[in-house]
Amino acid sequence: MRCTPEEALWMYETMLVIRKYEETMVKVYMEGKLPPHIQKGLAFDIGSGPVPGEMHLAAGQEPVAVGVCVHLRDDDTVVGTHRPHHFAIAKKVPLQAMTAEIFGKATGLSRGKGGHMHLFDPAHKFSCSGIEGASMPPACGAALAGKKLGRDSVAVAVLGEGAANQGTFHESLNLAGVWQLPVVFVVEDNGWAISVKKETATAVTSNAARGAAYGIPGVDVAENDPLAVYEAAGEAIERARTGGGPTIIEVKTHRLLGHFQGDGEVYRPKEEVSGLRELDAIPAMAARLRGESIADDDLLSEIDERAERTVAAAYEFARTSPLPEPAEALEHVFV
Amino acid sequence: MAASNGQRTLTMAQAISEAMASEMERDESVFVMGEDIGSYGGIFGATAGLLDRFGPERVIDTPISEAGFIGTALGAAAEGMRPIAELMFVDFFGVAMDQIYNHLAKNTYMSNGNVRLPVVIPTAIGGGYSDGAQHSQCLYATFAHVPGLKVVVPSNAYDAKGLMIEAIRDDNPVLYLFHKGIMGLAWMSYFEGATTQVPEESYTVPFGQARVVRPGSDVTIVTLSQMVHKAQLAAEDLAGRGVSAEILDLRTLVPLDRDAVLTSVAKTRRLLIADEDYLSFGLSGEIAAIVAEHLDTLHMEAPVRRLAVPDVPIPYSRPLEQAVIPQVTDIVAAVEELVGSRVTA
Ligand SMILES: Cc1ncc(C[n+]2csc(CCOP(=O)(O)OP(=O)(O)O)c2C)c(N)n1
Repeated sequence: MRCTPEEALWMYETMLVIRKYEETMVKVYMEGKLPPHIQKGLAFDIGSGPVPGEMHLAAGQEPVAVGVCVHLRDDDTVVGTHRPHHFAIAKKVPLQAMTAEIFGKATGLSRGKGGHMHLFDPAHKFSCSGIEGASMPPACGAALAGKKLGRDSVAVAVLGEGAANQGTFHESLNLAGVWQLPVVFVVEDNGWAISVKKETATAVTSNAARGAAYGIPGVDVAENDPLAVYEAAGEAIERARTGGGPTIIEVKTHRLLGHFQGDGEVYRPKEEVSGLRELDAIPAMAARLRGESIADDDLLSEIDERAERTVAAAYEFARTSPLPEPAEALEHVFV
Repeated sequence: MAASNGQRTLTMAQAISEAMASEMERDESVFVMGEDIGSYGGIFGATAGLLDRFGPERVIDTPISEAGFIGTALGAAAEGMRPIAELMFVDFFGVAMDQIYNHLAKNTYMSNGNVRLPVVIPTAIGGGYSDGAQHSQCLYATFAHVPGLKVVVPSNAYDAKGLMIEAIRDDNPVLYLFHKGIMGLAWMSYFEGATTQVPEESYTVPFGQARVVRPGSDVTIVTLSQMVHKAQLAAEDLAGRGVSAEILDLRTLVPLDRDAVLTSVAKTRRLLIADEDYLSFGLSGEIAAIVAEHLDTLHMEAPVRRLAVPDVPIPYSRPLEQAVIPQVTDIVAAVEELVGSRVTA
């Protein structure tokens, strides 16, 4: 399976949007968190600024999101993780409403009730969770529903290699295997679960290999390359769509930043962090587009500027939006 | 942190890790496990320094497998070990709940007391910094509701150390819930009152003994954890308005110091329960019921009042979150209302 020039360009532009989005968030997140606004002795105050709470950014992991989502339709489901932005963007969750949600604004996807780890966009069939291992069962459910309703939609569960040790991983693989669900499990192996290295937490080297225990094809994507992900995901999604059942794909990817913003990463070797930028898939993709004459410098800078504007507009919208009224907190426990 | 003249001040996080270290020193059967408790030192610093001191055999980073490692703690405890199994946020208990409430809480009873399960589960509670509905809960009443689990909720570093040592030595499972907003973390605004003088030597704070944090005569505020500090600020404000509030820090929910509640309420004849957990079916209802059951001897001046999260998940957005978590001003307003209201004969 080879991607078309249009698909390649979409993947590149979406990766750029994601990266610019995350890089902007790095700065915005720190606003108002540093002294002297806050109590003495603090490095920063996580609860202050326009974006409070925890912030897990996905910079470096863009290839996984675009290589998978390029194959998805609006009626396909994606269930993401605590690190959700890249998949949300690639699944076409409206960026302005998503950003407003992360700012806790009334114009957000959930009028501020969800937040960065809890983005819900039923229109684009995207959701996520702050609980590790929680993405897989709902994806199985979406796949089951699609099958029962006679649709040819598929569901994708995203998870980290750390979450692949959670009980839900094994239960979901078994359910998907025994019921032949149209679901694809995408494991983002960035090597780390916060400070815990994959090798010290996972008894086998490959989570894709674990598929064998449940009769499910497992595919390893060894490098953080959008086109390699494109191929593996394309086959898996096609198989799921045409009644061929589930697949587990593990992609070796890279977390360019700390686990969360403010993470000093005392546990991670400095060389690893500095080396990661050289493995960045975005400039590599630009070079490839140029090399294959899919894009020239003019087109690349046009794409760059458009991505810049898209991201800027999202942050502008979020900043200028109103906060919800406190009384709204009591609404929607039930519908 | 000053020198060892007994004037040393520790944050709650430091006090907790010091307590663990001293028990690990004393007792070979104590070990610690959990996510990011090794080189990271625990996301909330409760295990800082332990890996360097005791090595990876006794300070074990676990995979993200809470049902697995909590059940493992149980199994090891049944064999005579004394595991401390940290859960990063209390909100994550769901994935391990069966091991906790069907096994850890019941095996001792079902074995007619023949199985001892000295497991301590430290975990972080509380919101106030916009971490959203899955990372901001207190949930201590959920555990207190299930027979067979002791539930400890310290409010300051002195108590935190003594209660942790007590918890490790206890032959029963203990849930040890620390509020993030009083741990003294470098990345979170916190109530400095929780950072206290802590003796270097080992000591215990017995379970089931509430503490009068501030004596008063007009109203009793029964509370715990971070809310103790909010209550103190409220009490100061109220003192300026001529209202004398007594603050009772429960310190443990199981066992619960019912006598302390009754003694204080008998004196003040007014009761406010200030809680950061959900309102219904929880701590505040329990304390109110204790008072209701003693209305034959207690002569209340006013109906009991409760402040808690109004049965909604904790919202992310700041104004929403601030609205549902009881604040200092809410405590002041509730007390003023109490002082103004009357029980009709
Ligand atoms: C059930 C549960 N346990 C623990 C956590 C805390 N936690 C959040 S992210 C994380 C590490 C996740 O690692 P991984 O799955 O590899 O994803 P990554 O963060 O690397 O993207 C942990 C332990 C959680 N959110 N939920």
